[in-house]
Amino acid sequence: MSRIHVSTTINGDETEFLCEAQETLLDVLRDDLDLTGSKEGCASGDCGACSVTVDGRLVCSCLMLAAEAEGRAIETIEGMADGDDLHPLQQKFLEMGALQCGICTPGVLVAAKNLLERNPDPTEEQVRYWLAGNLCRCTGYDKIIRAVMETAKDMRGAA
Amino acid sequence: MAKDEYQAREFKVIGTRPIRPDGIDKVTGKAQYGADMSAPGMLWGAIKRSPHAHARIVSIDTSAASAMKGVKAVITRADFTHQPEDKANADVLDNCMAGERALYDGHAVAAVAATSKSIAAAALDAIKVDYEVLPHVTDVDDAVKPGAPIIHEGRQRENVPEGHNGNVISRTAFGHGDPEEGFKKADLIIERNFTTAATHQGYIEPNACLASLGADGQGEIWVCTQGHYMVRNVSAAVLGLDAGKIRATASEIGGGFGGKTHVWQEPVALKLSQEAGKPVKLVLNRDEVFRATGPTASSSADIKIGMTKDGKITAATCTYRLQSGAYPADNAMLAAMCGFAPYDLEHVRTEGLEVVTNRPKAAAYRAPGAPMGAFPVESVIDELCQKLDLDPLDTRLQNASREGTRAVYGPTYPAIGLEATLEAAKAHPHWTAPLGDNQGRGVACGFWFNFGGDTSVSLMVNLDGTVSLAEGNPDIGGSRAAMTMMAAEELGIPLDQVRTFIADTASLGQNENTHGSRVTYAVGLATIKAARHAIEVMKQRAAMKWGIDADAIEWKDGAAHPAGDNAGKFPPMSIKEIAAISSNTGGPIAGHHEANPEGAGVSFATHMVDTETDPETGAVKVLRYTVFQDAGKAIHPDYVEGQFQGGAAQGIGWALNEEYVYGEDGRLQNPGFLDYRIPVASDLPMIEPVILEIPNPGHPYGVRGVGETSIVPPLAAIANAVSRSSDVRLTALPMSPPKVLAAMKAK
Repeated sequence: MSRIHVSTTINGDETEFLCEAQETLLDVLRDDLDLTGSKEGCASGDCGACSVTVDGRLVCSCLMLAAEAEGRAIETIEGMADGDDLHPLQQKFLEMGALQCGICTPGVLVAAKNLLERNPDPTEEQVRYWLAGNLCRCTGYDKIIRAVMETAKDMRGAA
Repeated sequence: MAKDEYQAREFKVIGTRPIRPDGIDKVTGKAQYGADMSAPGMLWGAIKRSPHAHARIVSIDTSAASAMKGVKAVITRADFTHQPEDKANADVLDNCMAGERALYDGHAVAAVAATSKSIAAAALDAIKVDYEVLPHVTDVDDAVKPGAPIIHEGRQRENVPEGHNGNVISRTAFGHGDPEEGFKKADLIIERNFTTAATHQGYIEPNACLASLGADGQGEIWVCTQGHYMVRNVSAAVLGLDAGKIRATASEIGGGFGGKTHVWQEPVALKLSQEAGKPVKLVLNRDEVFRATGPTASSSADIKIGMTKDGKITAATCTYRLQSGAYPADNAMLAAMCGFAPYDLEHVRTEGLEVVTNRPKAAAYRAPGAPMGAFPVESVIDELCQKLDLDPLDTRLQNASREGTRAVYGPTYPAIGLEATLEAAKAHPHWTAPLGDNQGRGVACGFWFNFGGDTSVSLMVNLDGTVSLAEGNPDIGGSRAAMTMMAAEELGIPLDQVRTFIADTASLGQNENTHGSRVTYAVGLATIKAARHAIEVMKQRAAMKWGIDADAIEWKDGAAHPAGDNAGKFPPMSIKEIAAISSNTGGPIAGHHEANPEGAGVSFATHMVDTETDPETGAVKVLRYTVFQDAGKAIHPDYVEGQFQGGAAQGIGWALNEEYVYGEDGRLQNPGFLDYRIPVASDLPMIEPVILEIPNPGHPYGVRGVGETSIVPPLAAIANAVSRSSDVRLTALPMSPPKVLAAMKAK
């Protein structure tokens, strides 16, 4: 099977890969680039565990063909912390116990970061609707929503 | 295990909320789950599944698939040459790979291993299966009717009386007293049928493993499971291998809720690996998870409860029929044991009928059987309260089980926390908050047994005085934090001096699954005992150094101290100092504990919920939710609260929305998260957790399990709220908008 050559940027690093035409961005991230922080929960865009940003736009990487990454800038959970310095959302999730099994956590964090970049002062309802595409089966969302709201407050205070 | 083991004490670490030790890996994407592991030379496995609910497999032609470039193994049932003698293991084998018949839509019939996912998928398409379609039944009440297709001939147990067809595979009965006498004393008797739909555990991580098995029967498996010992033992039994030649390592686990307490595909991966001579990664997709890994049982229950006009329950009976799916299960038994467990009843009888059908094998889903047990009980008690104009909390308190109550399932309760949860509910501001139009408030109680089980823990004091704790239970929701805290508490050292690891099956003795809400109780108990063992060893080492008797030494604040002036005047010797001289005082220092502890403390909860029903659409919105539950002792309150909240959210989904929908053709019509919709963030309010602590007499710190009870009350609590908001009594779950609307229009 012939493969497609793709040049892209992932978490600030220029990256090249070869992919099959039908492979998704998630397939390549996980299986070829060892970026397994993005998870496959459904492969149909319903669970959000594979959330990444592409040129700043939040997408399910299971719904995007890998070949479409050509020339784009992709951010994954692996690029969220700055070296050893966790992003404030990551730190707050730890402090508030906003995860149980942790499988949805990368996608939730990527989506929440994208929200706060667009809206630094979201209401609880806005957080709930923004994260409605990220399924969590463990927590009932309570601590997740609280952690996002608290982080937003802290970041506004620091800005 | 002595029941008087609990000792009240002051804690330094227990009850605080430190950051969990596995946290950073889980917020940075580094944590490795089932599908995240790879191996050199690895192949991709894939499974072909039956599209029929019930069919005889006439023939399978794998020749075209085998001839494809990149295909390294193709297997069918014929390749599983070992037939397990044990019936349960034989069922596991048949469920992993169908024999003569496919028993449900999604039943595995063949599998391949190939060099890429796309080649594996193409190979599945190239396998030709010739089916003879057979009559099927996918509804529990249809399955027990005369003339229903019989799924398994000759499997009915002797405990089933005459008059039931062969799909009723087993019957159990519980209770005491004489309900007929009791009903005579009632002022009001309500008798109804209730049904609950099959729901899936809905863990976000699909089942996955990476298996390697040699021709010599030695193998390795990396697996996402609630019990890697179980995976090893069952896989070995299914394949006719020695368990000791297989090493199973648990990956991080992305949710399980009981659904990962079974073997679904691991023997297939091992067999593919053996055939291909290479490691095989086998990851189910979401469609397969829904169609072929156990949902919980659907249920149908005939209940009758009598009550006096001042609120005393005089008698109660219930017959539960639970759908086992394609293979026998014991969920009806558990429903029959749990349903009336919160109540102190003079006359009560329950029976549980296990019914096989053409659906995937039912699996545990958080307190298996208990939600189906409680839904009719808590609904009818509420209806009696409505009709007799009684307070639902006071009436439950009046009939509540307490210390000394004989439970419906047999034993007499020790100290339990049901009354405490009801009193807390009465005193909470939620109970008296005002309600608006179309809004109602419901309450319900729930019970789960909790459990001990085989447990093995080792605690190593390293040469630098740090501690490595090895336990054998996958950490599904923060248990490494709890174990680390208990070890640090007992040893009197800082938390960061202990690191807890989930050991593989070759590193500790047998460990029961992470289920039954057993881990914080049983593994915690073993951790405390292992720490105490290590302390005894360290006291001996200090005694040797000081030249005094070990009995003259006490352990406090992470150091050996002379017990009194008579013991001699020595400065304390810290764990670090003792560790540093260990090579010269007898060698390595470690504590361990192996047990099957029997002091698990039963768990009760009361839930309170406000709902609003849209009179035009029938949609029910949850406005406010409060969970009152007895934790015994909350080790890390964040994760206790998380269990309360998560269980309630799953119960809300079960009550309002979730349902396996089967067509006339016996096929599952909604095997995906779009059509099987679990609660999303915008569906739910905050869920307030109220932790009660009535110590379990059977644990040194008083711990009870907390993981399961919280899914038990929501089904009825929400039905009760809907009844009070809209004056309709919903008896069939889910309470979806069309059902609620139809009920309101039928008034």
